[in-house]
Amino acid sequence: MKITFDWLKDHLDTKLKEEKLLEQLTNVGLEVESVEDLSSGLDLFKVAKILKTEKHPNADRLKVCDVDVGEKEIKKVVCGAPNAIEGLITIYAPPGAVVPKSKVKLVVAKIRDVTSYGMLCSESELNLSDESDGIIELSLKKYEKSIGKSYFSKSDSNLIDLSITPNRPDCLGVRGIARDLAASGFGKLKNLKEKKIKSKSKQIIKVKINKDKNQACSSFGSCLITNVKNTESPKWLKDKLVSIGQKPISAIVDITNYVMLDINRPLHAYDADKIEKGIVVRNSKFGEEFTALDNKSYKLDDGMCVISDDKGVLGLGGIIGGIRSGTELNTKNILLESAYFKPRSIRSTSKKLNLDTDAKFRFERGIDPSSIEDGLNKAALLIRDICGGEISKIDIQRIETSKNKTIKFDTNLFKKITGFQISTKEIFKILENLGFKIKKEKKYLKLTIPTWRPDISQEIDIVEELVRITGYDKIKIIDPIKERTKSTLTQSQKLFHFLQRAVASKGYLEAITWSFTDSNYNDHFKDKKKEIRIVNPISSDLGVLRNSIFSNLIMYMNKNLDRGFKDLSIFEIGPIFTGSNPGEQNTVVCGLSAGKRSRLSWVEKERNVDVFDVKRDVVQTLVEAGYNSDKFFIDSETPNYYHPGKSGRLFLNRGKDQIAAYFGEIHPNILKKIDIKTETLVGFEIFLDNLKLPKKTLKDQKIKFEVSDYQKSERDFAFIVDKNVEAQDLINAISNVDQKLISNIKVFDVYEGENIPENQKSIAISVTIQSSEKTLNDNDLENINNSIVKTVENKTGAKIRS
Amino acid sequence: MSDIKNIHNDYSTKLNNNLSLEEINQIKTELFGKNGLISSQFKNIGSIPETSRKKFASDLNQIKDELQNLITNKISEIESKKINEKLENEKVDVTLPERSFIRGKIHPVSQTIDEISSIFSEIGFSVEEGPDIENEYNNFTALNTPDNHPARDMHDTFYLNENKEILLRTHTSPVQIRTMLKDKPPFKIIAPGRTYRSDSDQTHAPMFHQVEGLHIDKDINMGHLKGCLNYFIKEFFEVEKIKMRFRPSHFPFTEPSAEVDIGYEIKDGKIIIGEGDQWLEILGCGMVHPNVLKNVKVDPLKYQGYAFGIGIDRLAMLKYGINDLRAFFDCDYRWLNHFGFDPLDVPTNYRGLSR
Repeated sequence: MKITFDWLKDHLDTKLKEEKLLEQLTNVGLEVESVEDLSSGLDLFKVAKILKTEKHPNADRLKVCDVDVGEKEIKKVVCGAPNAIEGLITIYAPPGAVVPKSKVKLVVAKIRDVTSYGMLCSESELNLSDESDGIIELSLKKYEKSIGKSYFSKSDSNLIDLSITPNRPDCLGVRGIARDLAASGFGKLKNLKEKKIKSKSKQIIKVKINKDKNQACSSFGSCLITNVKNTESPKWLKDKLVSIGQKPISAIVDITNYVMLDINRPLHAYDADKIEKGIVVRNSKFGEEFTALDNKSYKLDDGMCVISDDKGVLGLGGIIGGIRSGTELNTKNILLESAYFKPRSIRSTSKKLNLDTDAKFRFERGIDPSSIEDGLNKAALLIRDICGGEISKIDIQRIETSKNKTIKFDTNLFKKITGFQISTKEIFKILENLGFKIKKEKKYLKLTIPTWRPDISQEIDIVEELVRITGYDKIKIIDPIKERTKSTLTQSQKLFHFLQRAVASKGYLEAITWSFTDSNYNDHFKDKKKEIRIVNPISSDLGVLRNSIFSNLIMYMNKNLDRGFKDLSIFEIGPIFTGSNPGEQNTVVCGLSAGKRSRLSWVEKERNVDVFDVKRDVVQTLVEAGYNSDKFFIDSETPNYYHPGKSGRLFLNRGKDQIAAYFGEIHPNILKKIDIKTETLVGFEIFLDNLKLPKKTLKDQKIKFEVSDYQKSERDFAFIVDKNVEAQDLINAISNVDQKLISNIKVFDVYEGENIPENQKSIAISVTIQSSEKTLNDNDLENINNSIVKTVENKTGAKIRS
Repeated sequence: MSDIKNIHNDYSTKLNNNLSLEEINQIKTELFGKNGLISSQFKNIGSIPETSRKKFASDLNQIKDELQNLITNKISEIESKKINEKLENEKVDVTLPERSFIRGKIHPVSQTIDEISSIFSEIGFSVEEGPDIENEYNNFTALNTPDNHPARDMHDTFYLNENKEILLRTHTSPVQIRTMLKDKPPFKIIAPGRTYRSDSDQTHAPMFHQVEGLHIDKDINMGHLKGCLNYFIKEFFEVEKIKMRFRPSHFPFTEPSAEVDIGYEIKDGKIIIGEGDQWLEILGCGMVHPNVLKNVKVDPLKYQGYAFGIGIDRLAMLKYGINDLRAFFDCDYRWLNHFGFDPLDVPTNYRGLSR
């Protein structure tokens, strides 16, 4: 909502300054978005007279004009307007002036070898109208004596742009804003004694509101103005509209706009001669069509509120009028409409048709139903003053009468909600200034809500009015008490935070990427999950919710590689989506690592990152989070986006209940398709929701401290096994031989090749044997050795290497 | 008697020369060997007249100790010289680069969420969560924003089905609804998380982060709201003084509603919070609307309280001087490295939010 202080003063008596105004607007909840000095620089635009014109020597359509701008020197200006003729009074802009429409700053310029000092302006260039055919023609009589003077009257009033919250339609009119200000003590609201139409002639166009189902129009006021002569608006009206950045069009249009902006009363003017046999307000029928004032044709649904005549739809009530009955400069007879349309209906119709207009914006927020007559009076009298003609009596059709809403307000509620008190006297003053009628009853106030406040319906709304006008700065700070009765985080939230920092501590930079992704990327990683499309995505490459974090992560990994980085590790912790219902999502920690370790190192040998790097990161992260790695079980069944031979699946225990994590190389086919340039790309996913929460607290985890000081013995074994036998099987076999005596098992070599039969490999394992009861003798050790060899050979088909 | 004095003098002088380890060992044998000069003197003790024997034995022992000390010192002197020579040869160029160690970083949004949780934890809030996909009821209707209400236009919503019943939550406020439906009052929670609006330009991202706050009890009023936010802002920006302004505003789910601005100024291109006369909007809040309480079966005659919603990304930008919102989600390695936090920097109450 755009206003100026000058316009406010039409409704407000105040001697306060604009600076204070801006502060007070904000204090009462009318947020000042911006303040703009529209008039700055406009004083450069001068009234000027063309003294002489000559044809431009090098251009047929251009003229070189000698212009009197009130200075000694006559200015030479090149102009292309056909109406630039000798004796014309127009508007001259000197070099240095900024053209309001194009925002271009004028300079002395050579136009086809003739130097032009400034410009003669069209209305369009000055944002005065859309008229761009030729330069402005000012009346000789009025402006002859003003040559050299600024065309625009100097205004000290800045353009103030307010952000009006949707609950305050009344403040979409200048008067509403003035009322709020006055209630808060900023000046006094002027009591405008509006003149009323005094007419003996009847409004002869018949208006009928059909009692259709959910009829959106509850009352329709109208008034006929005959024999008008539509014209240019007078200067005061033009200035007013221009001062808030609107373009004057014609008197009738400007007047309806002015009334709308001034008291938030949208009106519509019909060319009365184009209405066939009276007006019917009714629900539309499916398929009806009409062409609106925006020159677009709309096909209507059932049940939209239309204003129609015998020939069909004239307009969409409260939203937009139609071309067929629109007023033009030569319109003689006008039917002025001032009606009430229900917000819900306005909104649903405009949403369906994707139509947004100023009237719609106002009606969907709620127009004061009692402003129907005020609006007609104000506009009709102005039209008569400016365009002449005769006004009929006002005709109002109603199918519902609007009742004044009342509520009971217990004044104690104010302190209960705000924590501070104001006097009853103050309460009365504020509410009365806001337009409430108050009746004091025993325990409460009976309040009649002003008709322009559709937002107020219950006691709490009254508290808001009172505290808003009193000032939020009166609310006293009550310091919070430092007390905690419930733990801040749940177990799973703690796990989230823990995993996040554990992964970051392993060299991964945390990224946050969109929850949506490109379906082309998502397809690579969605596995068996179903695609979830967004109906209205921001762009087609963000069209689906991600089924995996990999899609985004790999996309950004690629971007970083393109930036010239080679060895990168990034991760994200966040949701992936499994379905389109609330809750169908899982929390995943997903990491990616590219390139080499120790690239170009003087001290270490460089190598590609590999599956065992990510395996370490996954295992170590889970260990740090409190899970026992001795119980982990790993197999090689992984989704198809991993390298089938270099990836693994991890369970927290052999029970294989739920997958805790995947890790491995990303499938080379995907790298090729995405065209990602790196030596290797490995990644992992840890599924938070699949991790059973460690129930034990640290306190419970620290059990009795028991160690053995008896001598320990380390024995090495080398087994030859089939290539497909997994190290995990050997380790499990060994550890099951004697869990008490075998305290550590370590694979220290894996070898294939010379001296080993084809399709077999050698695995060398070091086993630590120690008793907690005694020093083991040679015999004991020999027994254990034998059983290790025997068990491994039996369970895995291995042969001890001799 | 003079014999042992001579031995002492002779060998003291000898030992003061520059000797090799072998030469010292030779001397050691000459003196203390089986038939060494000192050893033989000890054998003589018995033949010394009784009157002077005690004195002789005492002198001999003293000389023995002195010579032995001399020898030991000499040996260790030579040994340490040898070691030092060896170490000198082993010298490396310690200015060569160390072995690489890479630690990752925590994203500033995550760090900020942890900071926020830590601050609210201190005054008794616990953390709640809700799903990113919401139904239209929890996101709007239950929050007193019925269909066909213009306030819905303030949220450009992503929908997941054509009839607009399933959507990506446009704010964290539906967590209020879920929490209150699930439990009984009192409620004192914060709910940080991802939120979505179909809005994308220099200052808007289609996904951003909010933290919701909700405190419902029997007598929680706007003074508590002001106190809570005043405390939070001071703690968060780690400043002693804060300029804070409550401004009336409108949200369908709170009444009265307020927007909160903090005072700031720009000094040397950097934003200083808590000083100056510029205002910056950082959050919206208000007293939970009785209609919302009714929707979640909480009796508004018995219970009342406040709610607030804060843009987390915005807070992080202000606190850490980040200019561009879009960069948060752009995943530029350099940016993540620059604005990221060491994972060991866990914000805590006792140690402080940041180092």
